[in-house]
Amino acid sequence: MPPDPLVRRLLKGDRVALAKLITEVESGSPQGTEALRSIYPHTGKATVVGFTGPLGVGKSSLISRMVGHLRKKGLKVGVIAVDPSSPFTGGAVLGDRIRLNLPPGDKGLFVRSMATRGQSGGLSQGTRDTVRLMEAFGMDVVIVETVGSGQSDVNVRDVATTRVVVLVPHLGDDIQSLKAGLFEIADIFAVNKSDLPGAPEAVRHLREMAGILMARTSWRADVVECSALNATGIEDLWKSIERHEEFARKDSSAREELAERTAKELRELVQHKMDERVRLLLSEDEGMQKLIQEVSEGRIDPYSGSELLLGRITGLPSKSPPKRKTTPRSAR
Amino acid sequence: MPNRSKNTKGSGKSRPIRVIIAKPGLDGHDRGAKVVARALRDAGMEVIYLGLRQTPESIVDAAIEEDADVIGLSLLSGAHMTLVPRVVKILKDRKVRGISVFAGGIIPDEDARRLRSMGIKAIFGPGATLESIIHQVRQTAGRHAA
Ligand SMILES: Nc1nc2c(ncn2[C@@H]2O[C@H](COP(=O)(O)OP(=O)(O)O)[C@@H](O)[C@H]2O)c(=O)[nH]1
Ligand SMILES: [Mg+2]
Repeated sequence: MPPDPLVRRLLKGDRVALAKLITEVESGSPQGTEALRSIYPHTGKATVVGFTGPLGVGKSSLISRMVGHLRKKGLKVGVIAVDPSSPFTGGAVLGDRIRLNLPPGDKGLFVRSMATRGQSGGLSQGTRDTVRLMEAFGMDVVIVETVGSGQSDVNVRDVATTRVVVLVPHLGDDIQSLKAGLFEIADIFAVNKSDLPGAPEAVRHLREMAGILMARTSWRADVVECSALNATGIEDLWKSIERHEEFARKDSSAREELAERTAKELRELVQHKMDERVRLLLSEDEGMQKLIQEVSEGRIDPYSGSELLLGRITGLPSKSPPKRKTTPRSAR
Repeated sequence: MPNRSKNTKGSGKSRPIRVIIAKPGLDGHDRGAKVVARALRDAGMEVIYLGLRQTPESIVDAAIEEDADVIGLSLLSGAHMTLVPRVVKILKDRKVRGISVFAGGIIPDEDARRLRSMGIKAIFGPGATLESIIHQVRQTAGRHAA
């Protein structure tokens, strides 16, 4: 039995507990980390799908349709909508709560909006962790929406097995000018707003592009035509997602990608911990205060100084710095 | 470093205040609500903007899922004496603690008094400055611990 009552409630399907624990993991609190550890055996089972693409192409609308579709199949769905925080104030307007005509209090849907909180890449560890909480809560499918048109959303790869890039027809000739980043991450292209003119051309064009693009795996990106407005193509899109999931389970190149993703998460977790420790040491440790002083007075160079700091953290011996007798740099 | 708002939720770590802004009822435009949403964002808060025509039930659902500190209801329709108490009642019925409610719009003094007695923490008329709204939202959000 997990000791944290919130975790126990989460595993029993308590929505308030899920909401509170997301807050904890999002802020990276010790309670959050402990909770993630104890729920870990309950994770890894959901279908995790990323929806990304430029602003206004209809990601949220499409997700709303998809959720309705999946609820009809009896599947439980979690949605995480990630929006950028202002780098200046840390604030954000999160306007992405999907609109659905489900009965209020429908237990099979949970929507959470999330700000990037200054983390680069548009997706944070908080998103990975929130996916896991939703899995432990009992969601069959977790959908992650991220805004973007290029490099920054490549990180949707870090959390989702299947990545849907949403585009619209009248992007037409501009499709070439879309940042390569979007093409590289797409397992599926959804050409939304196919009620507007130009959809067949866009689909044909994307199919050609998908054919010549260098693939990460032996998967060739699917192109699906759909309209959130008219609710068409939703089942096709889901079929395509399922097909890719099946592929990812069996294909060895997909498994390699999973190993890469895992290594990346481990690296990021360690980096984060190191960062915290360095910050703490530099601000609170007396010896380190002295070191800062010595470096700023030019008696130790920063390169050797950093070795000393690293030595303190790892407990491994470091190269001793050459002590200089010269006058401080501030003499310049 | 983004300037994080101080908050009592979470385990010691500060996180931005999270505010739900919604406009229940049927009236047509949400300019005022949007201005308030942006102002709160610029003050470092995370604003979940629900927009128009939300039912009290869906507003409370959203507030729970988003683990919001505050719900801000914007009203123009004159239906404030039914919609606002309804939100408060649903919060109570569901035993939700730690979410306070404020309201903005054209609300006569007498109604405002009654709403306050029901637990609405702050009420803003059309003349309220954004500064005073930000200030009050910060205060309401800080008043309770999780
Ligand atoms: N014509 C048409 N408009 C759509 C469709 N899907 C979404 N929209 C509209 O496109 C706008 C942006 O939609 P939204 O889902 O918020 O896009 P997002 O920014 O990608 O999440 C809204 O005004 C939608 O009503 C569609 O299939 N056809
Ligand atoms: Mg959206």
